[in-house]
Amino acid sequence: MEHILLRHREIPDINNLSVYEKNGGLAAFRNAVTTMTPAQVTDVVKNSGLRGRGGAGFPTGMKWSFIDNKSWPHYVVANADESEPGTFKDREIMEGNPFQFLEGLAIASYAVGANAAYIYLRGEFWELGAFLDEKITEMEKEGFLGDKLFGGEYSLRIYTHLGAGAYICGEETALLESLEGKRGQPRVRPPFPPSVGLYGKPTVINNVETFTNVPPILAKGADWYKSMGTADSAGVKIFSLSGRVRKPGNYELPFGTTFRELIYTYGAGVQDSRSVKAIMAAGASSSLILVDDEKILDTKMDYATVRTLGADLGSASVIVIDDTVSMDWLINKTVHFFKHESCGKCTPCREGTYWMSNISARIHHGKGTTADVELLLNVAKQMQGKCLCALGEFATMAVVTGIERFPLDFKKAVSKV
Amino acid sequence: MSKQVTLTIDGMQVTVPEGTGVPEAAKMAGIDIPVFCHHPKLEPVGMCRMCLVEIGRPVRDRATGQFVMENGAPKIQFLPKLETACTNKVEDGMVVLTQTAKAKEGQKGTVEFLLTSHPLDCPVCDKGGECPLQNLTMAHGPGKSRFLYDEKLHLGKHVPLGDLIFLDQERCIQCARCIRFQDEIVGDSVIGFDDRARGTKIVTFSDPGFDSIFSGNTTDICPVGALTTADFRFEARPWELMSQASICTQCPVGCNITLNTRREARAGGDIVVKRIMPRQNEEVNEIWICDKGRFAHHYTDSKKRLTKPLVRKSVATSSRSSLQRASWDAATKLAAENFEKAKKDFVVLASGRLSNEDLFNLKTLTEHSDGTAYFYSRMGGGELTSLVGVGADTNFAHMGANTTIVVVASDLYQEAPIWYLRVKQAADRGATLIVLNPRETKLDRHASYVVRYAYGDEVKTVQDLGKKTRIGDAFLKAENAVILFGSDGLGISGSESLASACAKLLQETEHVGKPNNGLIGVWERANDQGAWEIGFNVEEDLAKALKGKTVYIVGADPVSDDPKLAKALEEATFVAVQDVMETATTEIADVVLPALAFTEREGTLTSGERRVQRFYPAVPVTGDAKPDFTITSQIARHMGIVLEGTSISALFDILADSVKSFEGLSYLQLAEVRPQWPIVGRGDLYYGGTTYENKQGMGVHLSAAAIRGEKVNIPKVHASREAAPRPNAKEGLAVPITKLDDRGTTVMMSANLLRDWIGGPTISLHPDAAKSLGVEAGQLVTVSFNGTSGDAVVQLDDTISVGVALIPRSMGLAIREPVSAKVRPQR
Repeated sequence: MEHILLRHREIPDINNLSVYEKNGGLAAFRNAVTTMTPAQVTDVVKNSGLRGRGGAGFPTGMKWSFIDNKSWPHYVVANADESEPGTFKDREIMEGNPFQFLEGLAIASYAVGANAAYIYLRGEFWELGAFLDEKITEMEKEGFLGDKLFGGEYSLRIYTHLGAGAYICGEETALLESLEGKRGQPRVRPPFPPSVGLYGKPTVINNVETFTNVPPILAKGADWYKSMGTADSAGVKIFSLSGRVRKPGNYELPFGTTFRELIYTYGAGVQDSRSVKAIMAAGASSSLILVDDEKILDTKMDYATVRTLGADLGSASVIVIDDTVSMDWLINKTVHFFKHESCGKCTPCREGTYWMSNISARIHHGKGTTADVELLLNVAKQMQGKCLCALGEFATMAVVTGIERFPLDFKKAVSKV
Repeated sequence: MSKQVTLTIDGMQVTVPEGTGVPEAAKMAGIDIPVFCHHPKLEPVGMCRMCLVEIGRPVRDRATGQFVMENGAPKIQFLPKLETACTNKVEDGMVVLTQTAKAKEGQKGTVEFLLTSHPLDCPVCDKGGECPLQNLTMAHGPGKSRFLYDEKLHLGKHVPLGDLIFLDQERCIQCARCIRFQDEIVGDSVIGFDDRARGTKIVTFSDPGFDSIFSGNTTDICPVGALTTADFRFEARPWELMSQASICTQCPVGCNITLNTRREARAGGDIVVKRIMPRQNEEVNEIWICDKGRFAHHYTDSKKRLTKPLVRKSVATSSRSSLQRASWDAATKLAAENFEKAKKDFVVLASGRLSNEDLFNLKTLTEHSDGTAYFYSRMGGGELTSLVGVGADTNFAHMGANTTIVVVASDLYQEAPIWYLRVKQAADRGATLIVLNPRETKLDRHASYVVRYAYGDEVKTVQDLGKKTRIGDAFLKAENAVILFGSDGLGISGSESLASACAKLLQETEHVGKPNNGLIGVWERANDQGAWEIGFNVEEDLAKALKGKTVYIVGADPVSDDPKLAKALEEATFVAVQDVMETATTEIADVVLPALAFTEREGTLTSGERRVQRFYPAVPVTGDAKPDFTITSQIARHMGIVLEGTSISALFDILADSVKSFEGLSYLQLAEVRPQWPIVGRGDLYYGGTTYENKQGMGVHLSAAAIRGEKVNIPKVHASREAAPRPNAKEGLAVPITKLDDRGTTVMMSANLLRDWIGGPTISLHPDAAKSLGVEAGQLVTVSFNGTSGDAVVQLDDTISVGVALIPRSMGLAIREPVSAKVRPQR
């Protein structure tokens, strides 16, 4: 199957504007601005069943239709913070197929009536920021961005903005704060960004991959898009495969592909031919999928089906864990990460991640007791449902599912005493 | 009236205005929802997660918008998660549950989390005893922590954020109340968070650190012992303190304060003031006070206090005379004899440091003895504020979109800090703020319009507000208008003309005689307005007026203020000085009469907003000192004049009968309180902070002539008369300005903490002017004007014009009005 998103894998130099145009690029944007109303564009995206690729899987068209038309101006923001451990798809899109992403961003801006769009890049993407700036300048030169586009009334400018290296800035409201020049800390929701977003104005925020899906949807239609994937999750998804597999990397596949296909057909199987013990489908924020039965690997990867395993597909950063890994080591790693990345705004996350990190380190280093394992589980549960944003909740996922689904690992860890 | 919303909290039906937050609605119903980060004066942030409750909302039918009914009642849907009460506004039909097992578990969890990193050093913590964390832990927390004590993080215990405020990083619970207070309420964003996660800590961004004159308030709203003042830390435990209501005497705002006192070993077992705390008066200072008001109180227990009457006697062994102890009877008799003898040459010089009753007795004494009473002030125009000043029901809190506030010739941040705060907040609520000033001031940031005029053009600038210009429209179209006028760069006649111009404009535009309209004087002292109301007048050429006279100086120190006055007093026939402390003026006196400080007696003061407020005795008297009105009455008795000298309430009632604007007031009425929001005080520490509840009076507005419906004649203003002197090429125009921390206007030399802030005399020059004079910032120069000269340190200010030099009043250079001055660098 030809790639829909990772088109640079087939078409050399598609990151060159003329090559992109020659391959049908920017026709969708031109067509939208010159022949469609913003509402019509939103409707097509709505009908396509496109869901947000940042992790939550919220229907994209619906998000766009929530934009508050009583308050102006509107903004569109691309979340290019890509900071979830195990996720590396947006970077490949932006490096390889930048114009498709920029075109999607432009179409979204037209659909919600925004004349300014921002790309918020994680600080480490500074080279990518400069690269995108060049691409944006090229588009401006060629009349795809700027004032009164295609002879009409619509104007659009796109700006890039570099973060300063905080995981929390991938959270949409913390991202907005950071973009406004403040400390990257999440805001209380509601209100949600489509009502009160950047600079207090209605704002649509989507993931880079989400935007990249939009041009082909407009070009080929909602029905074409819906024909791929599953009823619950339409279209294609880039799966970032990592962990103990032979061929890690990004794989663009329709929703509904099974874990087995991803790991064994595309990823060429587990290193040293060992067996899969657990899967983290959503990076460090994952609930651990217990693979105690080969049949689990035949689970289809879409939002609804993965949920039946007591986990989430999230941003589809699939980390494969084999039977050489003990879960006390794994959760010690994830907790350390969250302790380091907690923004410190709300009490349960700031204090809870610090506390959990102490306990998990104790357990992992053979100094823990059975009571410590219980305490760790209890502290994690005391955090759940109490935090200001999702980061605090995510910090508990691997801990709770690790202890509950892999009790033997912890029994072994504390029996070293 | 705004729309009312009815909700149910813990089974109790509560009806509150739309837009009320859930914790507020609960409190109105007498239900406490515990909070740390939430504060009723600040925007909710939902950070601390202490106020977790269950919130249910009625299900609405999507088609009709009506409530879906279930068993005869609206069907209520609860979210699976607990919600923070603080970030939710009330909704019709909302159901809030604060006491369920789930909610309590959530609150308990938050306390446990907070205590994991808390040092639990309550036994040595200044906040212990009035600490929200301590109280809420007792009420909602687990009795025991599961966190290993050895794993507690150790951080800085004594981190100075500035000269006045210390941070204990271990105690801080990162609620950001202090940061948000500075950002939202003050507009001085000088502190913030650094780092993240468990490393999050408060830092200051300013140099000098925590550069804001409202910093002390952060210690009141800090819900733990993280922020303490350099003045009070390790000084006393809150439960040892007694409290007494008082009024701050540092500026004309009249902030309500509480004096906390304790018996002090270092003071030989005497009861002394340990700290000053704000006392809630939402109509005056809300729950805030400035740092000067909080920290400048130590003069009351200074070693320089006068304790005994003194009389000048010749010393047998030398030709010189000295002040020697005398009895009250002898001292007052000596004064009385001289006053009587002087007849028309008897002069009273009194300042706004005195209470209304003191001033009234002094005024009556001069009236009955053919003397003259002068008001010791460098600013004029007070007769106009008693004609068209603001009156009953005026409240900055009510000023918003329909009000235009004009501030002219005043740097409110320096001269009346709490008015700065209140004007800023009115502007935040939508009031149109017009700032007219010759130089940049902090208030400019919040103004809708800023006009910079040249020194000397103030009258014309005010008159231009009556013209059809963009700014004029903002004034003319206002429903309510208030003008605050000051004396930046003005002497007595200048400020008088400015006051007339303001009064005239207000009268012509019908902004007099109703609430939230009228004129406010930004005076130098706490009771200047009272002096004006009682009928005191200023004298432009005071030196001439004192020369050769018999002078009774009360609450003033002209000798240190001005060498010219010192000289005039040397040539006076007889000088009686009545004051709290030894001053340069008491040194030259023939009779010295020791007066009580405001902390030791009772009385009333009239604020610049024309509000009469009561203060109460908090500490025992010092030595043989007496209240001013008693001393005056004792002198009067020797002169055959009967003045009330014992009962202050009786004296106030006589005053109310005699002075028109006081008519109908009674001493008792001043002690009345009205319900206030937010609730503060002992049981609600966690909510509003440690500000004291007002139990002893919120004061009453005086009536103004315009309010009484009397005909008001405003004197005509001659703009030309006010032009500042035109200095020749070799000189510059030196103008007086007022600084918060000075050396004489208010009494603060004994406040050690603030001594560095005060510093010495300064002169501010434009950088270009400094360049052409060949001087640099920080350099010592000699400034000469009016035949006197003195030293000053150069400061640079690029917002003033090149030919102007600013000299702060009461800093050692005796500048009274704009003058031509010469500046010479010192070698």
